[in-house]
Amino acid sequence: MAQPAIPVTRPLPIREILPWAVFALVVGLALLYFVGTEQGAMALINGQGVHEFVHDGRHLLGFPCH
Amino acid sequence: MITMRSLLVRGMLVGLAGAVLAYVVAWFFGEPQVASAIAFEEAKSAAAGEAAEPELVSRGVQSTIGLLTGLVIYAVALGGFFAIAFAFAYGRLGTLGARGTAALVAGAGLVVVYVVPLLKYPPNPPAVGNADTIGRRTVLYFTMILISLLAAAIAGYAGRSLAARWGAWNAAIAGFAVFAVIVGVAYAVLPAINEVPADFSATVLWRFRVAALGIQIVLWGTVGLLFGALTERALRHAPHQAREVASSA
Repeated sequence: MAQPAIPVTRPLPIREILPWAVFALVVGLALLYFVGTEQGAMALINGQGVHEFVHDGRHLLGFPCH
Repeated sequence: MITMRSLLVRGMLVGLAGAVLAYVVAWFFGEPQVASAIAFEEAKSAAAGEAAEPELVSRGVQSTIGLLTGLVIYAVALGGFFAIAFAFAYGRLGTLGARGTAALVAGAGLVVVYVVPLLKYPPNPPAVGNADTIGRRTVLYFTMILISLLAAAIAGYAGRSLAARWGAWNAAIAGFAVFAVIVGVAYAVLPAINEVPADFSATVLWRFRVAALGIQIVLWGTVGLLFGALTERALRHAPHQAREVASSA
């Protein structure tokens, strides 16, 4: 063992990634929708509470806001 | 041992760390511009004789816990997406290791998902933008992000296909050229949005946009570098797998 264990670059099988990718995409997009778009161009919840609460983040993250 | 589960958890956690650092940037560089823009908005409506809008959520909440919440949710989602992209890229980019792959994916992500769409539809502070066009602006912005992602995918595919014949260097140049052409056509074809009031401070607008870019650079930078470092460390602490793979390779 003269050499330290060097990480070997072995790709993950696509089959193993795909279900996680789909799940993460769906959950992630739902989260982004509430930060970026809810009560802006579209609204699932009445009022302006969500929009006003994340207002500064929405502007500073680059989403179109009011 | 690399599993998709551990990568995804790591991605979301480094996203959280990125959000905290991004908040520092947002607080010191972004919030002063938001405050200036709101002061401009209020002065305008006061001059027009309109009553002040009732505050549903106070400025104190918006600029602290509201901003942090927005950044955390955004960054955790981004960290998850990043982990997926890393999983697809890792081991498929020549001999690049975990740290290099993570840095490359983060850099590419920042440019493709944020910088390229921003150059067409830049972020705007409060008081800039007509409320009646929010639907159109939202659709155009997300369309630009989608086109940028598609262009990157096509460019990546073209680059990979050409690599065997042209060599890695020339194939990469060809890939970048494909990306630039698609993005350039989109820039030219998609309608422009210019809704900045004539008397809005150009300095505030510039500083706001630089702050917005800074937030994203810190966010993606933290995610890319921290994710790479942690993944590399996890791989080093799994010598059994490394040896087994090394002997079978």
